[in-house]
Amino acid sequence: MAELFSFNLLLTSALILISIRTLFCGYRAFIGPTIPDRVIGIDAIGTNITAIAILLAILTPFDYFVLVGLVLAIIGFISTIAAANYISESEVIQ
Amino acid sequence: MIDIHALSVALDSTHSPRSMIVMFFIILGCFFLTVGTLGLLRLPDVYNRLHATSKSTTLGAASIFFSGFLHYGFQGMGLTSLVGVLFLFLTAPTGSHMISRAAQKMGVEFFGDVTWPTHSDSQTHSNEDAISDETDV
Repeated sequence: MAELFSFNLLLTSALILISIRTLFCGYRAFIGPTIPDRVIGIDAIGTNITAIAILLAILTPFDYFVLVGLVLAIIGFISTIAAANYISESEVIQ
Repeated sequence: MIDIHALSVALDSTHSPRSMIVMFFIILGCFFLTVGTLGLLRLPDVYNRLHATSKSTTLGAASIFFSGFLHYGFQGMGLTSLVGVLFLFLTAPTGSHMISRAAQKMGVEFFGDVTWPTHSDSQTHSNEDAISDETDV
């Protein structure tokens, strides 16, 4: 029973679940009816990949994957802002 | 092909209180991410999907960051994880607000017969007047 509820098993199953959810977010990003739907899907993909990076940093001895997750969050925020500006004002930087 | 279990950190006491708390926050984060993705797939409208993802996905990723902080403690990558929590709580509402404002400027309609809320001083107007009031604000 202790082997069933181990730390590594929980982390690996969480990684598999988050990967499947990222694929489903890709479904929304591909066939979203409007352009903001696609932007929301891509934003959700970025957040899920941030979570994947943190889980990899906890599972493996590579600590610096936390930094990878932080930089992915920053890039996702900037891309969301740029896409929203491009939709509403039809230019990225005015 | 890397054998990930051979590389994994030997948390020799799996059932120590700290690792139990880390497990709890990981399970909480997975639950919130699942709810957010389900809402992104199933809800009928841009605004409803934004409502689902911007709250629950942010909360899920922040709790997974917080489990990283609990795992590493007050050193190095743990403090970076705390910075990640702060960053997510600052930026995710900003990004979703920008997307919803862009969707309103694009003219994306609501699902069903829902309209934009009227102003408090124009309650007597009909819905068409309220829409024309809202779009030029």
